[in-house]
Amino acid sequence: MAQLQSKDLLGITDLTREEIELILDTADSFKEISERPIKKVPTLRGRTIVNLFCEPSTRTRTSFEIAAKRLSADAVNISVTASAIAKGESLRDTAKTLQAMATDLVVIRHSVSGAAKLLADVMDCPVVNAGDGAHEHPTQALLDLYTMRERFDSLDGLKVAIVGDIAHSRVARSNILALGKMGAEVTLVGPPTLMPAEIEKLGAQVCHRLDDVLSEADVVYVLRIQLERQKESLYPSIREYATLYGLNTRRRQAMKKGSIILHPGPMNRGVEISSDVADAPDSLITDQVTSGVAVRMAVLYLLIGGGSDG
Amino acid sequence: MGSKLLVKGGRLIDPKNGRDGRFDLLIDGNRVAAVDTAIEAEAEVFDAAGMLVVPGLIDMHVHLREPGREDEETIESGCRAAVKGGFTSIACMPNTSPVNDDASVTQYIIEEAGRVGLANVFPIAAITKGLAGEELSEMGALVSAGAVAFSDDGRCVDRASLMRRALEYSKIWNSVVVSHAEEGSLAAGGQMNEGFFSTSIGLKGIPAAAEEIIVARDCLLAELTGARLHVAHVSTPGSLAIIKAAKERGARVTCEVTPHHLTLSDDMLAGYDTNFKVNPPLRSSEEVSALRELVSDASIVDCLASDHAPHAAHEKEMEFAYAPCGMIGLETTLGVVNTDLVGKGVLDLNRAIELLAVGPARVLGLDRGSLGRGDIADVVIIDAESEVEVDPFSSESKSRNTPYGGRRLKGRVHAVLINGNLVVDDGAFIREEAEVSR
Repeated sequence: MAQLQSKDLLGITDLTREEIELILDTADSFKEISERPIKKVPTLRGRTIVNLFCEPSTRTRTSFEIAAKRLSADAVNISVTASAIAKGESLRDTAKTLQAMATDLVVIRHSVSGAAKLLADVMDCPVVNAGDGAHEHPTQALLDLYTMRERFDSLDGLKVAIVGDIAHSRVARSNILALGKMGAEVTLVGPPTLMPAEIEKLGAQVCHRLDDVLSEADVVYVLRIQLERQKESLYPSIREYATLYGLNTRRRQAMKKGSIILHPGPMNRGVEISSDVADAPDSLITDQVTSGVAVRMAVLYLLIGGGSDG
Repeated sequence: MGSKLLVKGGRLIDPKNGRDGRFDLLIDGNRVAAVDTAIEAEAEVFDAAGMLVVPGLIDMHVHLREPGREDEETIESGCRAAVKGGFTSIACMPNTSPVNDDASVTQYIIEEAGRVGLANVFPIAAITKGLAGEELSEMGALVSAGAVAFSDDGRCVDRASLMRRALEYSKIWNSVVVSHAEEGSLAAGGQMNEGFFSTSIGLKGIPAAAEEIIVARDCLLAELTGARLHVAHVSTPGSLAIIKAAKERGARVTCEVTPHHLTLSDDMLAGYDTNFKVNPPLRSSEEVSALRELVSDASIVDCLASDHAPHAAHEKEMEFAYAPCGMIGLETTLGVVNTDLVGKGVLDLNRAIELLAVGPARVLGLDRGSLGRGDIADVVIIDAESEVEVDPFSSESKSRNTPYGGRRLKGRVHAVLINGNLVVDDGAFIREEAEVSR
């Protein structure tokens, strides 16, 4: 059976193009399960999956939980606030505790970059990074690729514009890497205050004017803007951000025919995306959510579904 | 022990007196009695053939953690690490608990170092009370108690007006004020150098400008006041350019560079190993190369200093953003300098010893760092060709946070004399050999 080289899925960095394709192809075969009246297969029966969420998240945690349950794994959710972790047990000790409970796989979400790697270094079982700080969010990028692949024949040469707060976005980093590996061309759009240093070296172009890229892009990927960043003077006001970088009807009309709109959620309607654009037919934002379950089922299966032990 | 010791047959490197060659060294009591090509004397003979004989090294930037964090380092463990690493004198930073902003703390450090009886320990006292950056500490009382310099190390004196007053006031004793150059609002929340690697691994970066702005400010204040400024742990070529220009204008400015900023770079953080987390951060490989070009220039860089910063393992093993900054360095500095700087042609041995002994003695005003007739007999005898693997767990320090673990470094400290007393021979402490049953 084809499988992934690494024990863990910590980032797109560690995946080859072939491995990405394997995950997407595997997701294809799992997607249908979610369309059945009885949405469950016994593939991971008897396996224990822990969702360790050290940062608030509803949709990613729910998506992983549903993916695990549709494969018949026992999913356990642990939610800890970062401050509780700082005061109480260290992440290293949490890892050892979960290991001692014979956990088969841990999904971790954490506000600090590198936390997933720290966990993976301590644990023998696979670790899936569900977002660490401003580093990576690999399953988000994979479900985005999956959604794009459903619409376009090939990702090779596809022009993708990622719009918004690139500096603080793990979604942007994982997507830049993933799209690059699949042969797509990425342009990052946002104010210079939200562009991290030397991001071009990751394999992307940078543009500060959204209107300049709309007629060329096959995909306009809108990122969520953190409203509190305004206090750090990263942009002067929400109004000005929405004016310069918000995807509104006028801009949607300037987009290329056949192009699509994506957003990782949750949306700030009226800020980075206007309500009517979010609900437009070329917005595939809910398709992304559907893809997410299938892609996460594929990832769980590829990491712990292959063995005949136990 | 006999009162006279004749160190014979080694290669003596004494940059201050311009000696580099085969010289014998006669030590009488705590002083150098004679230096010559071939000395015959009634004395115990120490055979240094094939070895380097150099002035005891001086590390002017060490964190001893006592009082307050004796689990991380004590004055005793820090002195043992220093001596094992070839440092006969160290200056310790005031960010202890309580802070060394009071003569009683300075006195305590000096008394405890005396009881330990290994390295010479010179306390550096706080510029401001509690390192809070609000009010000047009682510099007069601290100087009387034995403080050799002032620093708020670990924190920048944010207010330019207060730094100005500190520099002015220090002129009463011609003391040196040490700058920890870090503009707080630019560095806020930063975990590593700002550049491609901070972007790719998703950690908040600290730009070089955060350091350079304060280096420029403090150089200008040194000119304004005519006082003595020393810039600690310079990590960017831009800072060195500012310092060089200030020196050329006649400002009384000196500076130090650490071995890690000359040998490690920000790409090494890709695996989130917190042993590489340090402040100022490891810079880009391009900046490291530029720094290496400049360190040989005696008109720019005055000293090398380790910034030995012990941290408890359980604190370093946290998520990267939660782990403290700093790495230990007393026992690796000589090996790193010899292997990665001298061995790679960045420095010659003379310049290395100048940076590790002569420079720090000059900055701190110590009558050490040279081996001329009549000088204090702090001597290190080094087997320069012998390789040692860095094993964090056999360190004399109480902490293990070194990024050099597993590295093979050339240059083993064979023997150490402090104030004329042989304290290390054949790489081991003499006192322990006498107390084998300990």
